[in-house]
Amino acid sequence: MKKKSKVVSYNKWGYIFLIPFFVVFTVFQLIPLITTIYNSFFENYRSGLKQIGPNFVGLANYGKILTSGELWKYAGNTLIVWLIGFIPQIFFSLLLAAWFTDPSLRLRGQRFFKTVIYLPNLIMASAFAMLFFTLFSEQGPINSILINMGILSKPFKFFSSIGATRSLIGFMNFIMWFGNTTILLMAGMMGIDTTLFEAAEVDGATSTQIFFKITLPLLRPILVYVLITSLIGGIQMFDVPQILTNGSGDPVRSTMTMIMWLNKHLYSKNYGMGGALSVLLFIITGALSFAVFKATDTRESTY
Amino acid sequence: MKKRLLSIVLGVAMTTTLLAGCGSSSTDSTADSSASAAASTAETTSTAEAAAGSTAAVDTGADEGKVLNIQCWNEEFKSRVEDHYPGYEKDSSDPNKGKIGDVTVQWTITPSDDNAYQNNLDNILPENADASADDKVDIFLMEADYAKKYVNSDVTMNVKDLGITDDDISQMYDYTKDIVKDSDGNLKGLSWQACSAGLIYNRAAAKDVLGTDDPEQVQEAVKDWDTFNETAAKLKEKGYTVTSSANDTYRVYSNNVSGPWVQDGKVVVDDNIKKWVDDSKKLVDAGETGTYDLWSDDWNKGFFPDGKVFCYFGPAWLINFCMQADQDGSIANQGGWGFVEGPQSFYWGGTWIAAATGTDNPTLVKDIMLTMTTDETVLKDIVVKDSDCVNNKALLEELANDDSFQSPILGGQNPYKMLAAGAEKVDMSNISDYDQGCNEEFQKAMKNYFEGNTDYDGALAQFKTAITEKYPDITMD
Repeated sequence: MKKKSKVVSYNKWGYIFLIPFFVVFTVFQLIPLITTIYNSFFENYRSGLKQIGPNFVGLANYGKILTSGELWKYAGNTLIVWLIGFIPQIFFSLLLAAWFTDPSLRLRGQRFFKTVIYLPNLIMASAFAMLFFTLFSEQGPINSILINMGILSKPFKFFSSIGATRSLIGFMNFIMWFGNTTILLMAGMMGIDTTLFEAAEVDGATSTQIFFKITLPLLRPILVYVLITSLIGGIQMFDVPQILTNGSGDPVRSTMTMIMWLNKHLYSKNYGMGGALSVLLFIITGALSFAVFKATDTRESTY
Repeated sequence: MKKRLLSIVLGVAMTTTLLAGCGSSSTDSTADSSASAAASTAETTSTAEAAAGSTAAVDTGADEGKVLNIQCWNEEFKSRVEDHYPGYEKDSSDPNKGKIGDVTVQWTITPSDDNAYQNNLDNILPENADASADDKVDIFLMEADYAKKYVNSDVTMNVKDLGITDDDISQMYDYTKDIVKDSDGNLKGLSWQACSAGLIYNRAAAKDVLGTDDPEQVQEAVKDWDTFNETAAKLKEKGYTVTSSANDTYRVYSNNVSGPWVQDGKVVVDDNIKKWVDDSKKLVDAGETGTYDLWSDDWNKGFFPDGKVFCYFGPAWLINFCMQADQDGSIANQGGWGFVEGPQSFYWGGTWIAAATGTDNPTLVKDIMLTMTTDETVLKDIVVKDSDCVNNKALLEELANDDSFQSPILGGQNPYKMLAAGAEKVDMSNISDYDQGCNEEFQKAMKNYFEGNTDYDGALAQFKTAITEKYPDITMD
């Protein structure tokens, strides 16, 4: 009896410590979420000094977004640029994580390299994009180097070529995030029971076999988690392409992501269209988050 | 080790979500506040009018505000006031503050790219009368591209209500007054600049290619667009580009259009603008000009001899304010530019000073406006120190005929005869509220056509999309 009352009083403290989170969540996330959905049903924008609306228009904003064809184009851009960054990211992260966690390699200076690969993530994305913009500009250092080495005869306009601009954005995202992914995958690999590796070695498995037959299958839940969180991050890609192309998404809007498009609407204070687009993105992101929960569930059931 | 690593990962994840929360929430909360702000706009304007009426009666500065707020988009007007307004003291600790008597001057600078400056004004001006005394905007600056929007609304004060008379401004060029007259003919702003513009050529390049750097003979080589394009081909043989970017000539074409950008709520692409597209496409394809954005570092390269650019188009302020004359080795520093009228006459930019409705410093505002735009000693100082082209017919006349006046940047040439003649010719009948957005987006879209990433129709479609995003109330067809 006495013991039980003690548990209850501990619970009380638990709830008290949770209050700050719930207050912050309600004020900064829940209320804005609800008002965004509410706003998406109205025609509400500003034309110069005049305010138009808010007039209730039902689902007209959604209709406009879904039928204009622009959304699919920008969704496609986002997906392509994300893939350009994600494929090398997952490849190098797996490789590095496998090397770092392999006890037989005994790599020197692990701590140093772990810090170094994580460092690009600490640079502000906008600063990183500015840096690349200057490096790859028509008369910038990269072009001078390539010309001096005799590889190019005249400057290459990186930001006028669809492929080059997309690749640069993908490359920047890769550089910024592969350290983070490596650390996540390392955490996953360290969680695998070492006796399995030892047993495999005793049975005479090569390190390639160990990686593909033991590490990868047991890493699957973490891999799915990394994939989904990176995909959500990809959908929200904004700062790098925005700064690199000065908000234009050039050439021919081939690097305009969905959030950049949202920003265009919000910039002209078009809350109706902005709200509707946000809700659509919310639904997509919500579906993906649901997939994460599913993935983590299977992990628990396999153990 | 495992635990520590996990806790680091969790910590990072938590901080990221926290920060992410901050980011999205701030956008949404501004959304809310401006929505409510908009709701109160209607009542604000009526109180604002009342305030304007009563302030006109005030004739002493005794009980006026202690803070003078000035909204602008760059350092230009600020440096003019700092250098030329009598009694202005700089604040050594804060570059955006100063003092006139016991009034603190607070400068707020918002860059004008992508309508940011306008959006800022659109937000604060309608509520200006209700703002607290120290936050009230007293003076804001306008550009011709969007001046009509503010002039035709109640947020800008009639200069007559400040006590400025027609006699005070009789020496100003008519076009500088036409821009800032509302539909009833009330004058709502003043400018100290006359921004007629011309072609600024690189003297060394002219000697190299045309065999002379004499302005009259150079003018012969650029007198109309056909000759201009032929000269471009000659320049190309010697390794020069005629302009730094196709966008350099844009203003020259767009000032000579037959109708405004927006007519009856529809965007219209004028024939002369289409001609700009066709001419520029040819120049770009032939490698005779670039496609850089104006003001970018690549565009600036032609300010130095190694950039190998034959000419830029611009008014007096471009020469003295932008061409890096204080940098060693620049063409401007060596006095290597010359000035001619070019293929078509045009104007570019210009800054108008307007008083915001609701100001609590009407006497001081009036004095700044009058001193900076009509006082002949101040204007002459501006000419001598900044080689700006001032908005005063008599003074320009005097300068044009004064052989002792020579611009060091232009290698001793006196540009004022041409500038004065140009200012008389400027025609402002085709400006609209939407010019800044249309001009910016049109150049951005056409860049894709020039670079071969799409055809003309594709670029036009991109322009159309961008315009409807910026101005949801106008249509293309």
